[in-house]
Amino acid sequence: MIEGISIYQIITVSTIMFFVGAYGFISRKNLITMLMAIELMLNAVNINFVAFNKYLHPENMQGHFYSLFIIAIAAAEAAVAIAIIINLYRNLHSIDVEDVNKMKH
Amino acid sequence: METIIFYIISVIILVFSVLTVTTNKILRAAVYLLFTLVATAAFYFMMEYEFLAAVQLTVYAGGIVVLIIFSILLTHQINLNLEKIYPAKALIAGGSALIGLAVILLTIKDNSFTPSGLEKSDNSVNAIGRTLLSYGDGGYILPFEVISVLLLAAMIGAIVIAKKK
Repeated sequence: MIEGISIYQIITVSTIMFFVGAYGFISRKNLITMLMAIELMLNAVNINFVAFNKYLHPENMQGHFYSLFIIAIAAAEAAVAIAIIINLYRNLHSIDVEDVNKMKH
Repeated sequence: METIIFYIISVIILVFSVLTVTTNKILRAAVYLLFTLVATAAFYFMMEYEFLAAVQLTVYAGGIVVLIIFSILLTHQINLNLEKIYPAKALIAGGSALIGLAVILLTIKDNSFTPSGLEKSDNSVNAIGRTLLSYGDGGYILPFEVISVLLLAAMIGAIVIAKKK
């Protein structure tokens, strides 16, 4: 628990971060920047898990382990997404979502 | 003192996450994302989850950001400017994000979070490792193994998808 800081303040920060990520996901057209927006959203969710764990249920560690697993899944997701992006760029010479309208090569 | 540090970290997180989604140089966006992730690790340090903070620094700041920067270098000229976002699109995206933000913040404000008030558990690396590999109640051996299979599958899949014909 951070001294002098309530759970409301931490959750407010993470909520704003989440919706900044949502804004980026909707407004961007470039696949890599969309991936970055997704990472922002995942990160905000992680902060939420940790804050709830620390402030509300310090006797358990569930939030902590959920965050660990989310980080691992985010790493796997980023690796596969970037492989797909590189493959798309090799075939289409563009990574804008609007140019990616077919999955065959 | 801790309050001041918390506010400084919050400002860093918010400013750099906004810059991540609004800057029009793609490499800068990746660097701003790195700052955001490091500031998040500082949050975890402040909440005394040192192991999680270390994982955040190594996997997110060290791994994913480097992966993203590599993919930028493989697919773009570094100085390429991103296309301008159309005002109408920015308005729709910003409006829906603001509506969602308002709904969630109002819900949070009205909710009374009641702490359980119990003793805090042992969060040393030793205890974390034992819990991750324990078969008993509250053990995480099954998700741990599933994650390891998932990582292997993602690694093979990434190699197969990205390799040259």
